[in-house]
Amino acid sequence: MALDEIKIGGLGASRRRVEDNRFIRGKGNYVDDIVLPGMLHMELLRSPLAHARIKSIDVSKAYEIPGVRLVLTGEMMAARNLAWMPTLSYDTQAVLATDKVRFQGQEVAAVIADDPYIAKDACQAIVVEYEQLPAIVNPFQAMESDSVVIRDDKENQPGNKIFDWEIGDKAATDKAFAEADVVSKMELHYPRSHPSPMETCGSIADFNRATGKLTVYMTSQAPHIVRAAVAMVAELPEHMIRIVSPDLGGGFGNKVPIYPGYVVAILASILTEVPVKWIEDKTGNLISTGFGRDVYLQGEMALRKDGKMLGMRMKTISDHGAFYADAQPSKFKIGLMHSAFAAYDLPAAHLESVGYYTNKAPGGVAYRCSFRVTEAMFFQERMVHAAANDLGMDQAEFRRMNLVKDDMFPYRTAFGFLTDSGQYGKCLDIGMKAIGYDTYKAEQAEARSRGKLLGIGISTMTEPLGAGNSREYDILGIKMFDSAELRVHMTGKAILRTGAMNQGQGHQTTWAQIVAHELGIPADDVTVEEGDTDTAPFGMGTYASRSTPVAGAAVAMVARKIRAKARKIAAHLLEVSEEDIEWELGRFYVRSNKERGVTIQDCALAAYSNMPDGMEPGLENNAYYDPPNLTWPFAAYFVKVEVDAETGVWDVLKVVAVDDCGVRINPMIVEAQIMGGLTEAYAMASMQYQTYDDQGNMIGANYMDYLLPTAWETPGFELHEVVTPCPHHPIGAKGVGECATVAGPAAFVNAVVDALGHLGVRNIDMPMMPNRVYEALTTGKDISGMPPVMMGD
Amino acid sequence: MTSLYDEVQAPPAEGVPTRRVTIKVNGADRTVDVEPRLLLAHLLRQGLKLTGTHSGCDSSNCGACVILFDGRPIKSCTMLAVQADGHSLETVEGLASASELHPIQEGFKEEHGLQCGFCTPGMMLAAKALLEVNDDPTEDEIRWALSGNLCRCTGYQNIVKSVLWAAKKMRAEAN
Repeated sequence: MALDEIKIGGLGASRRRVEDNRFIRGKGNYVDDIVLPGMLHMELLRSPLAHARIKSIDVSKAYEIPGVRLVLTGEMMAARNLAWMPTLSYDTQAVLATDKVRFQGQEVAAVIADDPYIAKDACQAIVVEYEQLPAIVNPFQAMESDSVVIRDDKENQPGNKIFDWEIGDKAATDKAFAEADVVSKMELHYPRSHPSPMETCGSIADFNRATGKLTVYMTSQAPHIVRAAVAMVAELPEHMIRIVSPDLGGGFGNKVPIYPGYVVAILASILTEVPVKWIEDKTGNLISTGFGRDVYLQGEMALRKDGKMLGMRMKTISDHGAFYADAQPSKFKIGLMHSAFAAYDLPAAHLESVGYYTNKAPGGVAYRCSFRVTEAMFFQERMVHAAANDLGMDQAEFRRMNLVKDDMFPYRTAFGFLTDSGQYGKCLDIGMKAIGYDTYKAEQAEARSRGKLLGIGISTMTEPLGAGNSREYDILGIKMFDSAELRVHMTGKAILRTGAMNQGQGHQTTWAQIVAHELGIPADDVTVEEGDTDTAPFGMGTYASRSTPVAGAAVAMVARKIRAKARKIAAHLLEVSEEDIEWELGRFYVRSNKERGVTIQDCALAAYSNMPDGMEPGLENNAYYDPPNLTWPFAAYFVKVEVDAETGVWDVLKVVAVDDCGVRINPMIVEAQIMGGLTEAYAMASMQYQTYDDQGNMIGANYMDYLLPTAWETPGFELHEVVTPCPHHPIGAKGVGECATVAGPAAFVNAVVDALGHLGVRNIDMPMMPNRVYEALTTGKDISGMPPVMMGD
Repeated sequence: MTSLYDEVQAPPAEGVPTRRVTIKVNGADRTVDVEPRLLLAHLLRQGLKLTGTHSGCDSSNCGACVILFDGRPIKSCTMLAVQADGHSLETVEGLASASELHPIQEGFKEEHGLQCGFCTPGMMLAAKALLEVNDDPTEDEIRWALSGNLCRCTGYQNIVKSVLWAAKKMRAEAN
């Protein structure tokens, strides 16, 4: 009899997580928990200024402190050709500054000492003489300034512009506007935000002079990319480099790039010949590592008066900080911004993007999103909200009219993506029912008569998750596929390794469930390992919701290879030809006699003890999976708010999330991913942002300025599910980890703007802090840009 | 106690003061010589090798370092080790007995109250302090009690459910 798939922890089981067993006991193994014999500690000295020429650095006082072993400066890095390193967007980034500092918090020197307290003391003893230069703190200053060139280290860099890029069909778009009855406009700023995982970045570099091997334990979401980069930058042979990502205390994109601290720690270990640990403090993390967003978006939509969308013009002006270090597929200069409007049947679109250097932290990482998709979808849903209002149409009906219909797939978007599946209208219906949409207009009018401001915001979108395919997606030329390797031991237990890297998603739990689904081996019998480049197969790591679409597919494919071999063994054991064998979960049987069968475990034992003549022994294999397309999950989010007219404080009354991410491997984990994403959406909409004063001082460099919602503020969530399997994924799954962060913010903003709509308010930029909402509701004017910086004495 | 194989430590550098403190940690007295400026979280993690207590923000905001100090939840990243002299501490390592998990630990696993796990020890200890004074808390009471602890993964809803799960089990066990 076939096994009960849920009982063995297969597909669809809300299996409790394997990794929890160590975390709930305080036995996780994060990088700062690792202690190596003889280990020294490194601390970085950071620039207090945003833009300044370095006149001199005096480290002599630092060496006077007992316990200081080494002080490194840019000059010493330069002597080893390590003062600069490549970024993930074909730019360069200073490791330790040599000529100038270009943002506040930039790495200037490093102290290696017996303990971290001594290293911190010694950093304070280093004397750096700076000549301050004017700071450029937004792209508008950057485009106007010819005299202040931030990247004077680069040849052929006359001003501060990084790129000027376009995509789409300009002529077709112009034609759409010529034929439009109505043109609706939207202009907004998506503020700079920081992924801010609870654990900061850090590493332990361990160079062994005797063997020549470099082992680096580090907080990386993509350890194999790091290995390749270290081989190139440090000119070490790749087989002598081992990168190990231990447990990661969150990532959200922040732990994709390679940061100066990692590189300096490696050199320090090579020079001192002992392990060197570097653990960033929270301010170091917030002030210098990969941020998200900081894009000004504007656009206009061409519409027919009955509500049909005809065309879209978009323009983005992006602020990349001092180094163009965006982690993104190299073909696209502003990530997948052109995925905007992919859910809508939009005939023509054109996007122009310009990027600038500023004296701000570099990064531009995909903060819980697939390469700028968050900005794209936020703009999309704010634009759609404004267009519906301009037409005098209902928000839900305008969306329903223009969303791609179920029978239109595969659908080629105006920007050239191919969406392949979905039931957008059904998701919209479920959400409308759950939020109480049909009675809402009356409720809103009644509330207004009592001076209460009610609003409902809708956000609907499909987004591209799971890069590659490798034809279009690469990072630094390395194609974006992924991998899995499965070894089935003779007793039918197994070990699985993948090229992805867990940071809280629960891969140890869910990958085993895919094996259980494909082979009938109970999930509890499968060990999952990731993150060690000496043992894991090559993969591009975990970000952009790509684990399940790519590595998860590789897991299914390798399990199928194992099953194919096991089938041959089964035929041998059952003494019939392979064609006469049938499979049911966990068992092969003879077609003519279902009672005669062997289990997958029987086959595993035979693979080591009784294989057919001529068959290679063992039961193991690997699979490299290059997806034919991205996966396209759909999300419909509804937020209901009440705004207090006397204070501008807005309370969330209800959040409804309808997600279609295809087949769910572990529903418990999927739902938790959605709730986590919704919380980050709420965070950005309400309080979480980073800004800079006109000197380039960062506001938001610690948790007293950079506000993250607690359990007290965070609303509750009501989740609903629709399942449209992905047509090309082996088990029908789509990415999901980021949908809520991507589509969520617009639902919150649309709700507050809806509450204030009758006052003439069209837009409030995030963060929608009460004073800004109050200003909007008392003046009826839009609120744009960053909150002003409050300067203390 | 020094084992036979420990290398003799160099004495502290001249001018570096030390102070001997005795702290009860998870029921056992631990005596250590510390610099007065040493933070309690660092003593626990580096000195006593209890790495379940995490260092998150160094500014009392995130709660990853929450432990129980004479039964009360405190942020060990902003308390000096010398301030704990003569006091009793409980860390995440003290929650489970050799054979069984604490109901709060079970609750976090059952209700999927954690993802990356970094905030979890602090969350569980803050929850334990709550349940000791209130064995049947409402959702709002739980949210308020945990509002000194940040989580970036879960969105808190499952953490609240985890604590409710634990409270229910602890009430059942008490009866």
